Amino acid sequence: MKFNLTVVTAASVSLLAGAALAGSHMASEMTIVSWGGAYSKSQLKAYHEPYSEMTGVTILNDDSSSTAVAKLRAMSEAGNITWDVVDVEAAPAMQLCDEGLAMEIDPDTMLAAAPDGTPAAEDFGDMLVSSCFIPQIVYSTTFGYRTDLVGDKAPDSVCAVFDTATYPGKRSLFGVPINNMEWALLCDGVEKADIYDVLETEEGQAQAFAKLDTIKDDVIWVSAGADTPQLLADGEVVMGATYNGRLFSVIEEQKQPVAMIWDGQVMDLDGWIIPAGLSPERQARALDYIMFATDTQRLADQAKWISYGPARKSSAPLVGKHAELGIEMGPHMPTAPQNLSRAFLMNYDFWADYRDDFDAKFQAWLAK
Amino acid sequence: MNASTGKTPILAADGTPLRKSLARSLRQQKLRALMLIAPLLVFIFVAFIMPIVSMLMRSVENDIVSDTLPLTVNALQSWDAQSGELPDEVVYAAFAADIKQAALAKEHTKVGLRLNYEQSGIASLFKKTARAAVKWDIETDGPFKEKLLKIHKNWGNLEIWQALKVHSPEVTSGYFLNAVDMRKTVDGPDWQPEEKQILLVLFKRTLFMSLVITFSCIALGYPVAWLLANLPMRHANMLMILVLLPFWTSLLVRTSAWKVMLQQQGVINEVLVYMGMVADDGRLVLINNEIGTIVAMTHILLPFMILPMYSVMQTIPPSYLRAAKSLGATNWTAFWRVYFPQSVPGIGAGSILVFILAIGYYITPEIVGGTKGVFISNRIAYHIMESLNWGLAAALGTILLLAVLVLYWTYDKIVGIDNVKLGG
Repeated sequence: MKFNLTVVTAASVSLLAGAALAGSHMASEMTIVSWGGAYSKSQLKAYHEPYSEMTGVTILNDDSSSTAVAKLRAMSEAGNITWDVVDVEAAPAMQLCDEGLAMEIDPDTMLAAAPDGTPAAEDFGDMLVSSCFIPQIVYSTTFGYRTDLVGDKAPDSVCAVFDTATYPGKRSLFGVPINNMEWALLCDGVEKADIYDVLETEEGQAQAFAKLDTIKDDVIWVSAGADTPQLLADGEVVMGATYNGRLFSVIEEQKQPVAMIWDGQVMDLDGWIIPAGLSPERQARALDYIMFATDTQRLADQAKWISYGPARKSSAPLVGKHAELGIEMGPHMPTAPQNLSRAFLMNYDFWADYRDDFDAKFQAWLAK
Repeated sequence: MNASTGKTPILAADGTPLRKSLARSLRQQKLRALMLIAPLLVFIFVAFIMPIVSMLMRSVENDIVSDTLPLTVNALQSWDAQSGELPDEVVYAAFAADIKQAALAKEHTKVGLRLNYEQSGIASLFKKTARAAVKWDIETDGPFKEKLLKIHKNWGNLEIWQALKVHSPEVTSGYFLNAVDMRKTVDGPDWQPEEKQILLVLFKRTLFMSLVITFSCIALGYPVAWLLANLPMRHANMLMILVLLPFWTSLLVRTSAWKVMLQQQGVINEVLVYMGMVADDGRLVLINNEIGTIVAMTHILLPFMILPMYSVMQTIPPSYLRAAKSLGATNWTAFWRVYFPQSVPGIGAGSILVFILAIGYYITPEIVGGTKGVFISNRIAYHIMESLNWGLAAALGTILLLAVLVLYWTYDKIVGIDNVKLGG
């Protein structure tokens, strides 16, 4: 008996030591930065909780994504990076990559293949817009309108925003050039494929501003994603632009008399980056987490909690019902076929070059 | 004894001259006092002065260009940017060598982003060029002029080279020029194209609206402070709580509350429409413009005006007013000639507090200001957090800081800073 006990003790000690050894090259705690609110909740349910359960890692949440680029730069200059994985949109991710603040990712070795064996690079496809960026969801910026304020002519085109004769009343738009310039040209008769070529020219910019001039007095310019849903709910605006997930929540969760226009939705990506310059243990942990959290099943799971489309092709068929509302989520995805066909893809390279220039012009135009 | 003071010094008990002994003990006292506040001084220096100075320095720092592209900067010295001709092969070859080096060190995108602030398109031009350049052999692959032009036609664009040359010095005035809607060109400083001029407008707006807010605070705060100082204690305490209660409430909550009050379907408009004072289709626009910012900020900053006024008014003896009246002054004369002058230090302190807080305000204008009611700080925030143009943000911040110092100095000259009291 005593002998047995010794053996068992020895065995368990060596097991523990083995486990400790295996875990020792990865940090046991990590800080994940995201947007907060319903979005963080969806990540908590779909990624963090199963990962913590599996590995015993403590995950700390920091809702700093909206200021992530500036903070990461400051951290890097101070030589003390406290974040392990950061959730950002595609454009800031490219900016971070260009500044050398984000780590480059090799999709073949660092990301999980699809269940049928398709390599990650192929599964993500065009979504891999930057060598540092691991896409997570596809979201879109699109319009919602008050069903009770538009009369019997429910708008079906994004150009309803510019049609103040048929749809009088205020509309809300983000007070930035991105998306607004594209919509203006689109509704001024420019073909989708030509928009960025036209925008590159002085005449094209003048054309876009001239189109925006026609509705300038009818617009409430907003700065946050939460503004338009609030304005719609209060009846302050007849239609307004925001993220499709926010509109989903106004329509399905809060049951407001609001409906969506999918036409002209501008698709964008949100995903992870790993800051450059982490210690090897922390980097290994971050990579391990990313491998888990961006596999096919996990991305599909997130769509149970929020109406954003998974960035992997292989995840789409696995998207099921909303975990609390029981609504079939498929049709609410920006990537659903009937929504996708009317979408508009943002040109990241164009905005990387022209954002500052346009932003100054746009603000000057707004102040006029 | 008296006659001897001029010649032989008075001695202290230990035999040293009294003057010396006194100075020593005073010095020791000062040293002890200094030691006591040393932790605070060190803290202020490390956590406040150093970061601010290092941030302000960014407004002139520009070593990234000459550090990353040293050969090009050197070769461009001999190129006449005003000649209207493209630089020759030497410059192109120098650039090819630089960009290859930079691409290998992954530094090319940083300098691309820096120059893109001045000339849109450089960021992608650098990225594209670097992708090709890593494969070049600088010794044998020339001439590079053709090669670069083949990669992108913009390498034949004079403006790109001019931007490179103009922004190559290690210390630049470029950010400060940008901060006042100007830019550095080969012909010296010039105005930005009119459609990009925005910052001067915002500076003027910030100063003007901060003044309006300060005067609204004086107008609204003065009677309240007077009541606080003159009501019986029981009522004054009640009133004091009413002043302080909003002060303790979160800034965001108060700002959002104003949204509910002021919007077109909001409380004020609803009441006005209900009372028939405003037509249903002619609801007042009270938010997302200057009015929204002024109303919300006046409310938020009001306690900063009331409290210093109150503490000064409390020290004005009521007997002065009674004395004035007994000498035949009317109520108004007594107030204006006797009471008001004594309350001016409180107004001064409150105004300085409110004005300085107001010109740096960011979150309230962002929420209720729409586009016509935003301040220069909103642009600073944009450049710090989104465009990452920290040089420009630092230049804007420096100008704002200088503006405050100039105003403070003017105030000192006109009113006198000794005439400011925060209490007693």
